[in-house]
Amino acid sequence: MSGLATAAERFDVVIAIGGLPIRIRVDDPAFLRVLQERYAGFVISPRRARFEFEIDLAPPGLISEDEDVRVRRDSGRWSLDRGDFHAEWDSASARGRIRQTANPYSIDAVLRIVHTLLLAKEGGFLLHAASAVRNGRAFLFTGVSGAGKTTIASLAPKDAVVLTDEISYVRKLEGGYSAFGTPFTGELAKVGENIHGPIAALYLLAKGLENRVEPVSSSEAVRALLSNILFFAADAELVQLVFQSACEFVGCVPVYRLTFVPDERVWEMIA
Amino acid sequence: MNSKRYVARSSEIAARRLGDEMMIMSGRDSTLFTLNEVATAIWEAADGSTALDEIVQRKICPAFEVELEVALRDAESLAEGLAGHGILLLSDEPFPPPGQESK
Repeated sequence: MSGLATAAERFDVVIAIGGLPIRIRVDDPAFLRVLQERYAGFVISPRRARFEFEIDLAPPGLISEDEDVRVRRDSGRWSLDRGDFHAEWDSASARGRIRQTANPYSIDAVLRIVHTLLLAKEGGFLLHAASAVRNGRAFLFTGVSGAGKTTIASLAPKDAVVLTDEISYVRKLEGGYSAFGTPFTGELAKVGENIHGPIAALYLLAKGLENRVEPVSSSEAVRALLSNILFFAADAELVQLVFQSACEFVGCVPVYRLTFVPDERVWEMIA
Repeated sequence: MNSKRYVARSSEIAARRLGDEMMIMSGRDSTLFTLNEVATAIWEAADGSTALDEIVQRKICPAFEVELEVALRDAESLAEGLAGHGILLLSDEPFPPPGQESK
């Protein structure tokens, strides 16, 4: 932990989600500890990070209840706004600044948005999905709230490692798509394991009276995928990239509809 | 149709054919459209220089066995609908070739 700034001592932590290290600098050691605990498992030793953010902590009263997220790009500079934070990020210099209160949920939201922007450029995405690695292969389970993401993650057998029960991290790597663990949690409130594996299948979740796996058409798969990809930016270029990524993903990864009874037997069908 | 109308695909979209369907996403507002076979044929022929009635006569009527008058009316309606969403451009004049648009 080290770092210098012109006005005050700065402390830093490097958080590597999806294998992309982002350095966060703060001048409050107490908030640094909050970050280290929040992202335990994803903190790596301070070394050169690909991206850097300085956090300026604002007094608690300086936040609003506005929950709308606004993400815009102007001359290569991104601005990210929600009631509880304002962030600016220059993609060329890979540096940014965040104004927020000492609330880990704010930096959590900023990191999610930044990762969606980074991933869009390289063919990946964040997906509303639970995911797990079993026998060296990753399986994704996507659906709207209530579809069963947390349920299927909580039913995972001992030989499966849960990557997340809420937001899956998908990267396009040489040789195919891989899913990475994330600290972004849902109802399970359990940080995912920081490992990754090649994606073997994507399941569209639906609860039912029996366990059933059915193939879906490519167009249905793309529609389902696009409706569950996290994307915040009002930016035509990136929207086009995300669409192409979804189509390419469906062309490479088998997609099924998984109707399931919420008990552990559903995992007998996942292999 | 009393006059020639020309159609061109917007550059602010992303499109991909999947099976018999054409999926198009608007870069402007992320709206996703799925075109059926007939609409896809019109979409693919919308090169900006071929009039809509010629597209219908050459591509739609022979392939889908539909009467010209009905096909023209449906094509006009489709084109106006897609133009309203910004994914197709509609004009009474041919569109200039790519790279020669007026500034």
